[in-house]
Amino acid sequence: MAGWIGKILRVNLSKNTWTVEDLDPDLAKEFIGGRGLGTKILFDEIDPKTDPLGPKNKLIMITGPLTGTFASAAGRYMVVTKSPLTGGIASSNSGGHFGAELKFAGYDAIVFEGKAEKPVYLWIYNDKVEIRPADKLWGKTTHETEDLIHQETDPDAKIASIGPAGEKLVRFAGIINDKARAAGRSGVGAVMGSKNLKAVAVRGTRGIKVARPEEFRRAALMTLEKIKASPTTAVGLPTYGTASLVNVINAHGIFPTRNFQTGVFPTADKTGGETMRATIEIRNKACFACPIACGPVTEIKNPKFKGSGEGPEYETTWSMGACCGIDNLDAITKAHYICNELGMDPISFGVTLSCAMEMYEKGYLSFKETGSALHFGNADALVEMAAKTGRREGFGDALAEGSMRMAEKHGHPELSMAVKGQEFPAYDGRGAQGMGLQYATSNRGACHVRGYMISPEILGTPQKLDPFSTKGKAGWDIGLQNSTAMLDSCGICLFNTFAIGAEEIHALLVPATGVEYTKESMLQAGERIWNLERLFNLKAGLSAKDDTLPKRILEEPLPEGPAKGQVVRLSEMLPEYYQLRGWDENGVPTKDKLKELNLV
Amino acid sequence: MKVLTYDYSKCTACRACELACSMHHQQEFNPARSRIHTMIYPEEATYIPLACTQCEDAWCAKACPAGAISHNYDLGVWWVDVNKCVGCRMCELACPFGDVSVNPQTGKAEKCDLCGGEPECVLFCVPKAIQYREPEGASLNKKKAVSAKLKGSHKEVKL
Repeated sequence: MAGWIGKILRVNLSKNTWTVEDLDPDLAKEFIGGRGLGTKILFDEIDPKTDPLGPKNKLIMITGPLTGTFASAAGRYMVVTKSPLTGGIASSNSGGHFGAELKFAGYDAIVFEGKAEKPVYLWIYNDKVEIRPADKLWGKTTHETEDLIHQETDPDAKIASIGPAGEKLVRFAGIINDKARAAGRSGVGAVMGSKNLKAVAVRGTRGIKVARPEEFRRAALMTLEKIKASPTTAVGLPTYGTASLVNVINAHGIFPTRNFQTGVFPTADKTGGETMRATIEIRNKACFACPIACGPVTEIKNPKFKGSGEGPEYETTWSMGACCGIDNLDAITKAHYICNELGMDPISFGVTLSCAMEMYEKGYLSFKETGSALHFGNADALVEMAAKTGRREGFGDALAEGSMRMAEKHGHPELSMAVKGQEFPAYDGRGAQGMGLQYATSNRGACHVRGYMISPEILGTPQKLDPFSTKGKAGWDIGLQNSTAMLDSCGICLFNTFAIGAEEIHALLVPATGVEYTKESMLQAGERIWNLERLFNLKAGLSAKDDTLPKRILEEPLPEGPAKGQVVRLSEMLPEYYQLRGWDENGVPTKDKLKELNLV
Repeated sequence: MKVLTYDYSKCTACRACELACSMHHQQEFNPARSRIHTMIYPEEATYIPLACTQCEDAWCAKACPAGAISHNYDLGVWWVDVNKCVGCRMCELACPFGDVSVNPQTGKAEKCDLCGGEPECVLFCVPKAIQYREPEGASLNKKKAVSAKLKGSHKEVKL
């Protein structure tokens, strides 16, 4: 095969065995790789009703056909499993160098099954595979784990690991690779922890072939020219990082503040990319093969929060900033480092903490319960709770369950700002109707990278849409959801789409794989993937009633700013969404649709 | 004569240079067989790409008992004649920088050949950390950067 390696490593942790299987070329063609192929494997191999933290769940780390090549930002891999946060499909994407190294070792994917008796880590050096004891690594942070494994294996090994959060089954624990890149969302780290799998270390010295090298090279160079010509990818992201969005989104009044009580945070600028650049940022850094290089390398000089590392990103400066009413960038950055080191999703953590803060201020949680004054704006409590949540200490144990379970337990489920149990990211759907619909229909719960409607509704690319109108938004959502599912399966970064579209991806995918996709058949693969994720969720027990939003987002108008008075008018869009998807009124794909997508 | 020059402050550690190099020479993406490598020091936030410097008086050529490494005066490049190379690894031992190595698959020595005058690593280096140009300019630019800092301290002393 070309593009794909054609090999899958299957590791049975219960039996302490591993095998190498051939990748079925027909499946690869239909589901591309990454998110798509991972979903197909999971769908075929597990009962969607299985306990996500039980041994029958599987954890799949999977690359795409472009991963490891010089296509723009082609270093991505996906972690696909059943989520302990949502009970539905989880697929979390990460950059860095781990995914590419897995392919250089000679594998498209690793499928983990069962549960190890004791903590273990997997060491792969090309065709040499070892399941090694990890007793000494258990309890260590992701940074300590990488350092120790480098000493035990090879200094050039690339490592993905869990921290204490994954070990202790924090429901939004992530998997961290290259110390600062995260398959962050939906609790994939907790699944890894439930399997007693501490880390995967890989070193590869083999090559990746593409079908038509010269044509592929020309397509890659053409794509790079577009990346260099776009102000977002050439200037905005490398200079100010993703946090360059802080002031933009706040100016539109959809920067969720104090647990979504408003969309305007007056001191947002103190946490934005410009401030970051002027204060804590040392330089920018790229993931594998990335011409954008949006990652900020940072250092906190403030002795109280001293530390260094990578990030924060837009999402984290918000979830642990405005959402908690905090504008102290040093504290936010410190909490971000803690999330990376303990291995947990800062979005879900921040939004769960903000939920607790609102409950605390309203008297639904007492100091006796929290052990800390959880007022909005309390930066010290943020840092303290990040450390406690990652280790499930004190009130951190309650936060570790995520906002839905925590708020429900204390009698106020309406204060959880989550969809299907997963917390919102940093855009208030009330001021961007299409984004609201996207949140309600996303297969992994609230998420900004399943169909980034902010692009057309707020940023104006590829064209500007009226953010307050519901007209035509269902169709836009579907288009973006499908194309994103396709892109996530190729192994390249979503940020490419600030500069390139399906045209360029098609120009890369065909000469890489030698599969004669048309642009339509390539995009149809995205639709197929979306529908298969939906089928997984339906079988897992989710249904149309879960395609909804918190009461606050549906009924409480934004109180101020440019989006004042807006709620998400979901009922104006959802029936049209189902209809355009080819689903019945219960959100179930029709037989005709499944046949059309070759899913029967 | 043009050489590869590096501006480490611009390198973002993406390793596209390694991919471009291995694709050009090996027809596959394989950093392990690239002739240029970027060393990443995360704790120091420092990333250093490095390839053969094309020595004026090349250690590898002097050590080669087969006379397989010779100088192309038009390009200013030391290149390996694979028909003469016997894979004895003397060049590997001689090079102080680790910039020449024997490919275990072919048994022949490999080093940067500047892609015949159009280096692929330069073409794929978006932040322009690697450039192909006259070396005189490169060291002058370095001097300019250093003197710009000195200028500041000189001013402080005067005040």
